[in-house]
Amino acid sequence: MADTRFPFFREWPPPAGAEDWASMYPYFTTAQPEGKDVEDARLWFADTMHWSRAVHPLDSIGAEAVYLGAGQSSARIFALPTSLGLDMRIVNGYVYISPTGVTDPDRINERLAHFQERAGYYYANWDILYSQWKDKMLELVKRMRAITFPALAEYEPLEVVTEARGRSTAWDLISGYHELIEEFFLAWQHHFEFLNLGYGGYITFFQTCKQFFPEITDQSVARMVAGVDVLAFRPDNELRGLARTAVDSGVADVIVEMRDPDAVAAALDATPAGRDWLAKLEKAKDPWFNYFAEYGFLHDQDTWLTDPKIPFDGIIRYIGMLREGEDITRDVDSLRDERDEIVDEYRSLLSPDEQAQFDEMLGLARNVFPFIEEHNIYVEHWTHSAFFDKIRELAKVVTDAGFLLDPEDIFYLNRFELDEALNDLVAAHAIGVAPRGAQKWQAEVERRRVIMSALRAAPALPALGTPPDEITDPFAIMNYGVTTDRIRDWLGAGGSDGDRLTGAAAAPGVVEGPARIILTEKDLPSLQPGEILVAPITAPSWGSGFSIAAAVVTDIGGMMCHAAIVCREYGLPAVVGTGFATSRITTGQRIRVDGGAGQVVLA
Amino acid sequence: MITVDFSSPEALDVQLVGGKTLGLARMTQEGLSVAPGFAVTTDAHRAFLEGSGINERIGEILLSHDLSDQEQLIVVARLIEREFSAATVADDIADAIGLRYRELGDRLGIGDVSVAVRSSATAEDTAESSFAGEYETFLGIVGVDDVVEHVKRCWGSAFTPHALTYALDRELSPLEVSMAVVVQKTVKARSSGVMFTVSPSTGDRSRIVIEASWGVGLAVVGGEVSPDRFAIDKINFGVIEKKLGDKRIEYVDGHTSRAVDDERVARFCLTDDEAIAIARLGKVLEKLHKAPQDIEFAVDREVPGPDNIMLLQCRPETVWVAKQAESRTASIPLMDRITSNVFGVATGAIPTGKRSSLPEGHTHG
Repeated sequence: MADTRFPFFREWPPPAGAEDWASMYPYFTTAQPEGKDVEDARLWFADTMHWSRAVHPLDSIGAEAVYLGAGQSSARIFALPTSLGLDMRIVNGYVYISPTGVTDPDRINERLAHFQERAGYYYANWDILYSQWKDKMLELVKRMRAITFPALAEYEPLEVVTEARGRSTAWDLISGYHELIEEFFLAWQHHFEFLNLGYGGYITFFQTCKQFFPEITDQSVARMVAGVDVLAFRPDNELRGLARTAVDSGVADVIVEMRDPDAVAAALDATPAGRDWLAKLEKAKDPWFNYFAEYGFLHDQDTWLTDPKIPFDGIIRYIGMLREGEDITRDVDSLRDERDEIVDEYRSLLSPDEQAQFDEMLGLARNVFPFIEEHNIYVEHWTHSAFFDKIRELAKVVTDAGFLLDPEDIFYLNRFELDEALNDLVAAHAIGVAPRGAQKWQAEVERRRVIMSALRAAPALPALGTPPDEITDPFAIMNYGVTTDRIRDWLGAGGSDGDRLTGAAAAPGVVEGPARIILTEKDLPSLQPGEILVAPITAPSWGSGFSIAAAVVTDIGGMMCHAAIVCREYGLPAVVGTGFATSRITTGQRIRVDGGAGQVVLA
Repeated sequence: MITVDFSSPEALDVQLVGGKTLGLARMTQEGLSVAPGFAVTTDAHRAFLEGSGINERIGEILLSHDLSDQEQLIVVARLIEREFSAATVADDIADAIGLRYRELGDRLGIGDVSVAVRSSATAEDTAESSFAGEYETFLGIVGVDDVVEHVKRCWGSAFTPHALTYALDRELSPLEVSMAVVVQKTVKARSSGVMFTVSPSTGDRSRIVIEASWGVGLAVVGGEVSPDRFAIDKINFGVIEKKLGDKRIEYVDGHTSRAVDDERVARFCLTDDEAIAIARLGKVLEKLHKAPQDIEFAVDREVPGPDNIMLLQCRPETVWVAKQAESRTASIPLMDRITSNVFGVATGAIPTGKRSSLPEGHTHG
């Protein structure tokens, strides 16, 4: 029996021990009594693409920043005619979002005129604006990295006096924190400067293709646009290069046998070839190892720097492939030739008039697509890694001052609470008294630790609330894979019955094999060649995992989500946005993935 | 010139050999696998009409009846049919056909080779109008006399009530129809069918759709079976979709049908490889003719694969070519296209608020 709606917020009980979860987050990120009717009447779907697990209080800043940036860009800056962005709520620790639309025809018309002028300006000047954007982002990351949090000293440095600064360095804790928060929000506003327009350009090419070729598959369209030489592939390329150098210079044996990055470094430091390889590794690290093994929205997700085992596992996997005689080079030229050949084939079926339109739209799509593929490097990987690094520097000062017991405890305070705590700490330090809140916060952290672990043990429901008759938000569809059909599937398949999951047909091909559930990047080394990778969502950084997986299935994601883009790139069959893959499939279970049909059949 | 072999240069003269022969001749001369044969030319047709005096008698019959009256039209057709039955094909024409027919048999090493005899009119099978199915086709014809007789019947088929109506509706005088006739070795078809190099349901030019059933093609063309259906991607030649039909009868030759056993009813009459090979031929033909094509083919049961695929005829697809010509509009400004495609908001004179249909797999319903 299919239901007509999902549970309302209040109908989804929090897991035992987590009843007081809402108190951890800024009030406006959680449901409040006055919003109940509106919240019940709308569809909310879990953004497990970005927050695959329940979020710690401080990490909720990501959800705030993302949907503030998205909303401002959609609603106020570019005036998308029918879309005002996405509303956000945290429910039981998970991030849920809901598209907000415009339906009044007069208002749509009014917005349309603004949109055409504003978006038109960006499309017309895309190259120069995108190039400026990259500089802007690099500057932003640099500013973030330059923020310092000095230890609270008994005496201020003498320079404060000799330079007549007239201001305590302890104040840096507060001003630096504010600056860090501001830069983070700014990065997310920048993020949406191009994203929606980029998707818009892509969707338009997509629709043009559909108009000319009504039965064309999503994959064929995607293949005509896919960038072959964009930044997104750089980190993985570095690992391939390191593997090749290791094999060529004869240091591969040491790396494969010792595995552990520190042990490898110690051993290689003894030989010239080894030192050369370590130098190459060092060179690759900045900036390419500022790379989250997952999406980078949660503080406890590792980067290749915080857990060097992850890139090392990748290097070792590539060494193995090289020894098997495989060619691991990404042959950019032949990928480009293949892409151009497909374009020529479709183009040759069109009349000259149609070719002109096709060319214009393809040009637009190819112009905007690099941003779609590359922006994560700047925003998620570089900005977030800088942000979390800086928060940890701050945490060390706070912990050294005895305010918190462990630096990681800082993530149990939300951003406003942390601001209060810092003010408490700095004020107390100034006059040499004990802060008022150390015990309060230490106890609160312990209480929240229990709540967080209970929240994380319970999976998110794919959706909450009341679905509209039809999902029309183009971004919910393209990026998250939330379509009218999918909602219907989720409503019908909420239980454990049925042997079939449906999702977006993200990358073609049919594969049958044993499943491997990968909930976080930590599970990735357990993936065996030929297994089907089943995850809440995959991250682009799982490159070396993609090279051994037989296929990919995810809980969330649409045609344009990163998992889909990367799978098409790796030629892996993929079904994304199935809603329930990680909860319905178990490791070792045989499943059949039909990436062309968007179907997963469970044995 | 009374007859022309598919392989000779004159066979590319559409006025001389008609549209159907032209297609077969082009395919033959491109090295594609076509059952061998020849055309009886429009010269022969004219010589027959004039030499036998039948032309004048038909003219009189047509003038003395009200052709807009359906009942009178049937009478006209019957009168003309009688004229054709009575008329004899002059010896020089009959001898030339006989000579060419025996040559065909000699070439194939078959004494009395079984052939298909069908019309190949010059007004037929143009991209603008299709006489498809209006004129006769005779299968499994054996021996000189029978071949000559059926050539004459093809000529007569321009005057069936149906063909007359079709011609008159298009303001063509039936007497101006200049008709050649194709004489072609009968294919021993294990399976056969039709292929469109454009999706018949959506007009998608990147699709090839094949419909096929067991035996010779009459059951598919005549709608007596629901055929197996294959949709093939014209770009990368993958089988996108296949649907098993319900093929309970098959024709073993031009006249005889029989029941298909259950095992074969439940089985596709083409392998995927065969379907793809047929589709590849379709793409070659489309490129050759520079327009979507409607192609008949058979899989020969006597010839081993991959040479077992025989092209029977090829003509321009007419429905979608016309529709696409109609819908071809001036190019839309970029920003209008974006707003209408992404947000479903039309600009200018078109009402606003209409939702776009979203990409495949993303649509509702």
